[in-house]
Amino acid sequence: MKVSLFVTCLVDQLWTSIGMSSVQVLRRVGCEVEFDQRQTCCAQPAFNTGYLNEARQVAKRFISIFEESDAEAIVSPSGSCTAMVRHYRELFADDPQWLQRAQSVAAKTHELSAFLIHVLKVKDVGACWQGRLTWHDACHGLRDLNVRSEPRTLIRSVRGAEFVELEHADACCGFGGTFSVKYPEISVAILDQKIEAIERAGVEAVVSGDASCLMQIGGRLSRKKSKVRVMHLAELLASRATDFQG
Amino acid sequence: MNHFSSETFRENAKAALADSHLRGALKHATSLFGERRREAAAGLPNWEDLRNQARAIKDEVLLHLDQYLEEFVRNAESRGAQVHWARDGAEANAIICALARERQARIIVKSKSMTTEETHLNSTLEAVGMQVVETDLGEYIIQLAEETPSHIIAPAIHKTRGQIAELFTSELGMPPTDDLVQLTNTARTTLRDRFAAADVGISGVNFGVAETGTIVIVENEGNIRLTTSLPRMHVAVMGIEKLVPRFADLDVFLKLLPRSGTGQRLTAYQSFITGTKREATDEGPEELHIVLLDNGRSRMLAHPVTRQSLACIRCGACLNACPVYQQIGGHAYGSVYQGPIGAVITPQLIGIEKTSQLPYASSLCGACREVCPVKIDIPRLLLHLRGEITARSRRSIRERLLFKVWAKVMMSPSLYRMSAVAGRIIQRIVPISRAWTSGRDLRPIESRSFRDQFVQKGDDPKRRDGRGVPPLQNTP
Repeated sequence: MKVSLFVTCLVDQLWTSIGMSSVQVLRRVGCEVEFDQRQTCCAQPAFNTGYLNEARQVAKRFISIFEESDAEAIVSPSGSCTAMVRHYRELFADDPQWLQRAQSVAAKTHELSAFLIHVLKVKDVGACWQGRLTWHDACHGLRDLNVRSEPRTLIRSVRGAEFVELEHADACCGFGGTFSVKYPEISVAILDQKIEAIERAGVEAVVSGDASCLMQIGGRLSRKKSKVRVMHLAELLASRATDFQG
Repeated sequence: MNHFSSETFRENAKAALADSHLRGALKHATSLFGERRREAAAGLPNWEDLRNQARAIKDEVLLHLDQYLEEFVRNAESRGAQVHWARDGAEANAIICALARERQARIIVKSKSMTTEETHLNSTLEAVGMQVVETDLGEYIIQLAEETPSHIIAPAIHKTRGQIAELFTSELGMPPTDDLVQLTNTARTTLRDRFAAADVGISGVNFGVAETGTIVIVENEGNIRLTTSLPRMHVAVMGIEKLVPRFADLDVFLKLLPRSGTGQRLTAYQSFITGTKREATDEGPEELHIVLLDNGRSRMLAHPVTRQSLACIRCGACLNACPVYQQIGGHAYGSVYQGPIGAVITPQLIGIEKTSQLPYASSLCGACREVCPVKIDIPRLLLHLRGEITARSRRSIRERLLFKVWAKVMMSPSLYRMSAVAGRIIQRIVPISRAWTSGRDLRPIESRSFRDQFVQKGDDPKRRDGRGVPPLQNTP
């Protein structure tokens, strides 16, 4: 299947291994992966802060780019940005033509784990990772896209990985986009609940489906000199035996 | 005294975060409420159906509110109630004040009512020399402490047992103890006297039934039963959105409300009040006045997106589920209604001028929407309000400029690429965001972006540097 990778601006600039891992995993399960170099951002920062004109402008650009692709699916290693594409319809409620275009792009857009499980019907991507790990449900993937069992199914198939459920795995990490810098004290207070739960879980790694949550959680773990590492699901799924034996 | 303003939300929140008593009390109460709610909801296999039904009933009411209000008023009046219409809080307070003065009332007992908090009724009545006694235990505690409620259903949720004991000792002369039974008995004994002496009882309303003119109030302490039955006059203050069409609709709401609020299957008391007493020998007040309050509600009703805010049944579940509320509690919002639903309705009730921080006081995690018994899409409403706020230029010039530039950059792959290059250099020279780095390490911009690393099979290398990229068709 030919897929067009919607990598997200965050991954493109701040966490490229998530993008490279996504490509590896998708190719490993037989997809042809294309990447349109014209893509930038999905418009979420403006949409979530209330700058709807700016959001509409950037969303239209996103739609125009991705509707040109002959790929059967648009896949993203982010629940949050995928959810944003689904939110486009709210931006174009009064514009039937763009609404229709937005909806057809949204219908093709999938979060990575949901794409693997539901579209490709793949549960095991042949990953190996040795150690104890847990999963943090990123809010938009969970509550906007209903992604809950998919990542867990994929993680359970990773050879060598011991999966434990995180206490309150579905509780927000406190990121919330611009919220994290508008109200940093509240954001970190919420985050510390998550950090405590991770520490109690006694894991080597915490895995999630969104780079944004991982930056938030990872930033605090590193500040606290914790040994727990953060990892995107794509990175975990791309891991092979050689990664930890070498 | 703690009367915060919504305008200083961030400072209020910081103060709350530094208060270890507050955070301990909040953590205990919100997680307990949350767990009980989850268990209670899980106990009903048709929970989702009930939520959908409740929302459908509320949508129906809101769509034909004028008709249902007329029906309610007709039926309530035919059973002896007197109905008053109040455009805003001041009008409601004036009506109630006049009623109390005409009867030369001196002592007024009140049961918990967020609607009268909204109109600031107590201070109006006290200003004309009446003694107002809150009879809900939580409300009584905060009245003694001269505070405001910090939760829709648990007004004193921010207080620890120890703090309440100290308050009762200093205000009521109770011998020092933190025994729960003794604390409750102290309040009970004091309040019983007030009930016996009261001239007027004022309550809120949970539901008004259009087809019968009945008002329904749920509670656990029995104080509402006393407030509405002991004094000669009962005044019920009700937001115009509180209606349900039929008596049978209560079945749905009385299953959802206690389970969502306290995790109970049923509250200890459910009062159904239809008019006044019929015979002289009957029990109950001689007069029942129902004050119907608009206070911004018809404005909310007029807009198709915000209309759903009026479906709220004030269960407080969204507060307990909200990660922000869990950390800072209710006072920091500086508004009568707190938490996610407070951040939605407060700007609509009193305008965005002084409340423009509230819709931003959310990480948009959606936990509120998940627990809402009437499925109000709170994140959507917060986003809608954020849109209103930016459209009316209520954000800083710096932020507005930032998003103008942001849009320019995101519209052009070459500008985007250049900004990333600039970012890489700048981040080495100056710390980018203190707001971020005060509590977290910042992940640096990588030296090579994904787009520079990605190699497509049979790809033209020109495509990788952004030049030679085919132009965009149908660009906006």
